[in-house]
Amino acid sequence: MKRKNKIESPFRYWFIISLFIFITFVLFARAVYIQVINADFYKEQGDMRSVRLIIDSVHRGSIMDRNGEELAISTPVESICAEPRKVLKAEKSDFIALAKTLDISEQKLYSRLSKNIKRNFLYLDRHARMDRVKKIKELSIKGVYTQSEYKRYYPSAEITAHIIGFTNIDDMGQEGIELAYDKILKGNSGKKRVLKDRKRRTVRDIESVTPSRPGTDIYLSIDKRIQYLAHREISTAVKKYGAKAGSLVMLDVKTGEVIAMVGQPSFNPNNRRGMDISTIRNRNVTDSYEPGSTMKVFTIAAGLESEIFTPLTIIDTSPGTFRVGDKSIKDHRNYGSIDLTTIITKSSNIGASKIALALKPKYFYDVLTRFGFGQTTSSGYPGEQAGVLRFYDKWSEQDIAALSFGYGIQITPLKLAQAYSVIANDGIKLPVSFIKTDKSYKGERVISENIARQIRTMLENVVSSGTARKAAIEGYRVLGKTGTTLKYNFEDGEYHDDRYRSLFVGIVPAVNPRFVTVVVVDEPEKSLGYYGGDVAAPIFSRVMEGALRILDVPPDNLNGFNNSIIANVEIEQGLEEY
Amino acid sequence: MSEHAFSNKVHIDFILILLIFSLCLFGLVILYSASGQNIDLVYSQAVKLLIALLCMILVAQIPPANLNRLSFLLYFSGVILLVFVIFFGDIGKGAQRWLDLKILRFQPSELMKIAVPILLSSYLSERFLPPKFIRIILSCIFIVIPVILIAKQPDLGTALLVAVAGFSVIFIAGISWRFLLYMAIIFSSCIPIFWHFMRDYQKQRVLTFLDPESDPLGAGYHIIQSKIAIGSGGFTGKGWLNGTQSHLEFLPERSTDFIFAVLCEEFGMLGVILLLLIYLLIIIRGLYISYKAQDAFRQLLAAGITLTFFVYIIVNMGMVAGQLPVVGVPLPLVSFGGTSIVTLMIGFGILMSIHTHKRFLKR
Repeated sequence: MKRKNKIESPFRYWFIISLFIFITFVLFARAVYIQVINADFYKEQGDMRSVRLIIDSVHRGSIMDRNGEELAISTPVESICAEPRKVLKAEKSDFIALAKTLDISEQKLYSRLSKNIKRNFLYLDRHARMDRVKKIKELSIKGVYTQSEYKRYYPSAEITAHIIGFTNIDDMGQEGIELAYDKILKGNSGKKRVLKDRKRRTVRDIESVTPSRPGTDIYLSIDKRIQYLAHREISTAVKKYGAKAGSLVMLDVKTGEVIAMVGQPSFNPNNRRGMDISTIRNRNVTDSYEPGSTMKVFTIAAGLESEIFTPLTIIDTSPGTFRVGDKSIKDHRNYGSIDLTTIITKSSNIGASKIALALKPKYFYDVLTRFGFGQTTSSGYPGEQAGVLRFYDKWSEQDIAALSFGYGIQITPLKLAQAYSVIANDGIKLPVSFIKTDKSYKGERVISENIARQIRTMLENVVSSGTARKAAIEGYRVLGKTGTTLKYNFEDGEYHDDRYRSLFVGIVPAVNPRFVTVVVVDEPEKSLGYYGGDVAAPIFSRVMEGALRILDVPPDNLNGFNNSIIANVEIEQGLEEY
Repeated sequence: MSEHAFSNKVHIDFILILLIFSLCLFGLVILYSASGQNIDLVYSQAVKLLIALLCMILVAQIPPANLNRLSFLLYFSGVILLVFVIFFGDIGKGAQRWLDLKILRFQPSELMKIAVPILLSSYLSERFLPPKFIRIILSCIFIVIPVILIAKQPDLGTALLVAVAGFSVIFIAGISWRFLLYMAIIFSSCIPIFWHFMRDYQKQRVLTFLDPESDPLGAGYHIIQSKIAIGSGGFTGKGWLNGTQSHLEFLPERSTDFIFAVLCEEFGMLGVILLLLIYLLIIIRGLYISYKAQDAFRQLLAAGITLTFFVYIIVNMGMVAGQLPVVGVPLPLVSFGGTSIVTLMIGFGILMSIHTHKRFLKR
């Protein structure tokens, strides 16, 4: 090659240009490979990194009482979550700050994170306190973030705890109304596709995959004011009588709505930590009891309907004991020959037995079934018990006699209230509703209007001159029936001889009755009183006095208030013994 | 020819400046999107570009002969500054590259990108071309000294570019192909030795380059994310400002070294073609200037500068497309960042000077 002081051959220039074109071509081919041939793969990879399907959480519907007072509301809260792997990689100082904020030791936090290292998501603090959430946001540690959720709050706490029930931490109904109406309350948390950035912040909504629908608010039939009153009285009574439990349920007889439903012991649904599980039980629906003397109303109803008896039929109850099979039925004392009204008023076991025994078992069974014994109210309330009514072909004479005054049969307080509202509602049975309703159901006829009225007349006597004088309410005519039962000992299959259950079922007002209320006090201290008329009836009186005033029910007994003022020495009628 | 006369008077090559302008404009458009529509950042980049253009025009006024005379001074002061950096330099992003001159912070390694080709052009053009063996060896030593100093900072990208700037001068000067082959063999047999001297993170980069999926969330993250960004663009791209990977912070260094991925994602292959076309035209223009230049010094210098620019592009694209290891080389005149822009513009200024001073010198 000849040496020169200047480059004259353009060869190397062309070489460079070709090289550039060649290399760009290679890169280009690579880009084609990435962009065109493999485009779907990389698009998908890209989407995988940025497009997320998230649950579009909606808040749960509120639960209100009949007047729109909030009983259960959803409040937004935030939970602190983490990606364990990222957090473990965080700066030491961040890690310490995180542990300090969460108020746990660094070792504990470390072991919790490392145990879950394979998971992409871990709750560090569910429904965290506001100050913690704020602190976490300020710290902005890699892999730690917050997530919005809803938490249920119950303004009336213990007062409505049983009826409303509660939700779990995932906002799903667990008990009571929260469970029964979970689907309606929950709404539809839809799904939507969103664009998230590397820090998991949602940048843009792309599309809604399934639309969300917020939960529906529901209006319960209960009246918070009366609920409160009932709660106060039942709690006071349970304390006063040293009882194991107590409950009250009040029904509107015209609509079948539950106006109040309380039970003791209760719990605070807002803080269930360390709660005794047995306090969750809503005894008004989950526990069925032997109704005792409150049963006699249905025995009489069957008797009247059979036309074997009229209210004036005289039955001989002397000498105060009556032998059926190998058992002896006793009255409190010898009432002699008495009519049906007196049987109810004095609560004569012998009278009731004789009526029942005069009936065909199938017929008696049919009447009781019509009243709803042995079935649930079909209110749909979770855990409602059907009670016990044995089939009539197994009945012995003893069984029939016992049945007539409420032994060997079980019913829940709610069901008992419904059965009594048949009497109050002129023989028509309405479905029980926990939801406020304006519709008037036709209902089904159980007994004739006439029989219902006759029984109501008898029941008024129970309060005015019988066992339930303490149920009287000033200004109103009250109907009702007491019951005092010995508790059955499930362990040895015998009845306790010193453990009682006091019941009272009341209807008010007497003319055009509006409400039926069942009060049950379980195991009051024997020394403090245990008769239904002494323990349960006064609770009814106090609650209903307030309820009638709150609901503006006009008094129907303004001139002749006599019931409890004239209460004479002949205070209590009997405990029915078997 | 009046146009030429005017061009020579102001010492500006209008073809080249037109190409540079369109490149800068395109770059700013991409940067606006890549920065997350941060207009302040774009503004700051525009200011830098203007300053750099000013530098270019000023440099274009210097006759090449002066550069030839100053070549040794430039080179040795550059080397001394590099040594200074090692002792007194500021630390930025884990490496000692900056020299704080109170008024401005300055990377001496950038100076070497210009100084090395000037020196070699000057040195090799002293005698007839192609150079003799001994001159080639000496030239190699001139190259290796600053390259080692820069690599020690450590700044692999710049070291690579300085080496390329030097070797491209040697190449264009007419080194024999056989010699080139021997060099390649020697170089590749030295790879294990380089490997031994490399720092851990540098080794990691190479390993990651060879198999990015081995650690997709750690070291391979850059490459995988950028490939995803490129791939998700498709032929026409997602549209300006509509890239997801880049905007959602999945793509690291998206306004600086990895801005090419943003271009790919938002403008697709069409955008890439447009950008490459501009680059190719600039390179062709640079080589044309070199070929037409009056003497060997100018020819070598122009070719060296053009080739450095060439390597900038290839290395950056190769890196972003996952074809080359991740070394911090910006996409010329598009990536955000001041120093490299000034160096590049000074290079273009020299090209213009070479092209426009020739007639004057002929006289």
